[in-house]
Amino acid sequence: MALRRSTLARYLGIHAALVRYSLIHEMQFKANFLLWIVVEALWFGLQLAFMSVIYGHTDRIAGWSRWEVVLLVGCNQFIQQLFHVLFVTNLSNLSELIRKGTLDLLLLQPVNTRFLISVKKFEIGNIVNALMGLAVVFYALARLGTTPSPAQWLGFAVVCVAGLSVHYSLMFLLACIAFWTVRAQGIVWGYYNLFNIARLPAEAFPRGAYRAVFTWVLPMLLVSNVPAKLLAQRLGSTSDWIALLGMAVACFVASELFWRFSLRHYTSASA
Amino acid sequence: MTTVPGVHRPGLPAKYLHVLSVGLQNTLVYRTNFLFRAAVGLVPLAATLFLWRSVYADQPPGGLIGAYTLAQMVSYYLVVTVVDSVTAVAEDDWQIAADIKDGAVSQFLLKPLDYLAYRFCLYLSGRVVYTGVALVPVACFLWSQREFLVGPAGAAGWALAAVSVMLAAVLQFLIAYTVALLAFWVLDVSTFIFIQFAFEYLASGHLFPLDILPPALHRALMWTPYPYLLYFPVEVSLGRLAGGDLGRGLAVQAGWVVLAFLLARFVWSRGLRRYTAVGG
Repeated sequence: MALRRSTLARYLGIHAALVRYSLIHEMQFKANFLLWIVVEALWFGLQLAFMSVIYGHTDRIAGWSRWEVVLLVGCNQFIQQLFHVLFVTNLSNLSELIRKGTLDLLLLQPVNTRFLISVKKFEIGNIVNALMGLAVVFYALARLGTTPSPAQWLGFAVVCVAGLSVHYSLMFLLACIAFWTVRAQGIVWGYYNLFNIARLPAEAFPRGAYRAVFTWVLPMLLVSNVPAKLLAQRLGSTSDWIALLGMAVACFVASELFWRFSLRHYTSASA
Repeated sequence: MTTVPGVHRPGLPAKYLHVLSVGLQNTLVYRTNFLFRAAVGLVPLAATLFLWRSVYADQPPGGLIGAYTLAQMVSYYLVVTVVDSVTAVAEDDWQIAADIKDGAVSQFLLKPLDYLAYRFCLYLSGRVVYTGVALVPVACFLWSQREFLVGPAGAAGWALAAVSVMLAAVLQFLIAYTVALLAFWVLDVSTFIFIQFAFEYLASGHLFPLDILPPALHRALMWTPYPYLLYFPVEVSLGRLAGGDLGRGLAVQAGWVVLAFLLARFVWSRGLRRYTAVGG
């Protein structure tokens, strides 16, 4: 009798197979694959251009210097593109799975359904864009003249994973609305608008409803700000990264509860 | 009216008025979606305004960035939002590309209906519905920022602003239409649509007013059609242009509309030669 593999190894095996499949699929349309990398790079360039135009007229925004903001934009790009690599396409696709009733097939697989939905397609091209973000992070650090310690890099990795998890949980939560509305392209579009504010320094927002909502309900002002501050040694206290880790856990729990609740509303679409 | 079936030919306007009304009915289905879009779109707008406010907070009181006071900068973004909701293409380019890919264009080759005019009617009806719906959240937002808002001077100013916004809408449609026609040549036009949009986002003045750029870059951009999609009509609406500059600008804008129209016709006729009418 074969040895029972551990659950983790089994899921890693499935993930590897899905990655391999995505790679084969992607290489059928090589030109398109490269063009998407260009599209994402252009938008990253626009974000940097916007900041550089503002810094052409001022040397500080809410206490952030030019290279600190570049570092922030780079961190945000890194996290956002990793989110693309792993999840965005899959989560945007959930409404289609519901509309066509293809979700039935996934529900019947002997694997956790949420796992399958979340990682089915792996976007290899966005890894290139994530690395561009990381390159900008290194460049900004060099211009700032800071060399983070290994402990800081480790902390950076941890808060990046937490940020990734916040993005994932929130978008999953939004995507689940499709169980009621069926058509939900607007949801993805809405998420991009929220994404946008993550690359701005949190201090630029006055204390008030807006900042509170985007810190404690939809923690967009934490996901990229905390990693950037950690590398730039701008973290005033430990409270910032504890807040991010706490919110990451809270968002994940909320999304899991909502997912279970939504599934009970699922009525298969076709015969 | 007594007409024999088959003989009655609706006049040109009547035909397209009908397309317009069908378009209105179809897009009304998406009103909740539009409302959601317009409301969520205010989140990044508010963020941009907060960002500029904190930039101005570090300047000496009454400080300028480019030629803008804080109030002028805020009203620039507010008017951008209004003009954008009147002129932006929503799903039109995707639908045109899909029509070509799925072979749905064939029926227009057989009917006495011009595809460009047909799409333009649908675009107009989409804009009417979107603007109507977006008016609610956008007007609330404008009201909350009313201390910053400035408009054109006098009735003539308003009329010229309206003309400029309408020309921008036509130009916006023609550019999106032409890019979507690339579907005659390539399988997936979405990357081209996004690349075009990225350039447009910067060069049309969506991201920031173009005259805060280094002067050489600003002048170079004014040679492209992009500023006439947003930056120019916004400047006119803010009453920042007068006399000769205003007249010249409107003439250049009209010139771009004519050029874009000719290009759209040309690309369409070349595209039809490649068209293979996939599907039935």
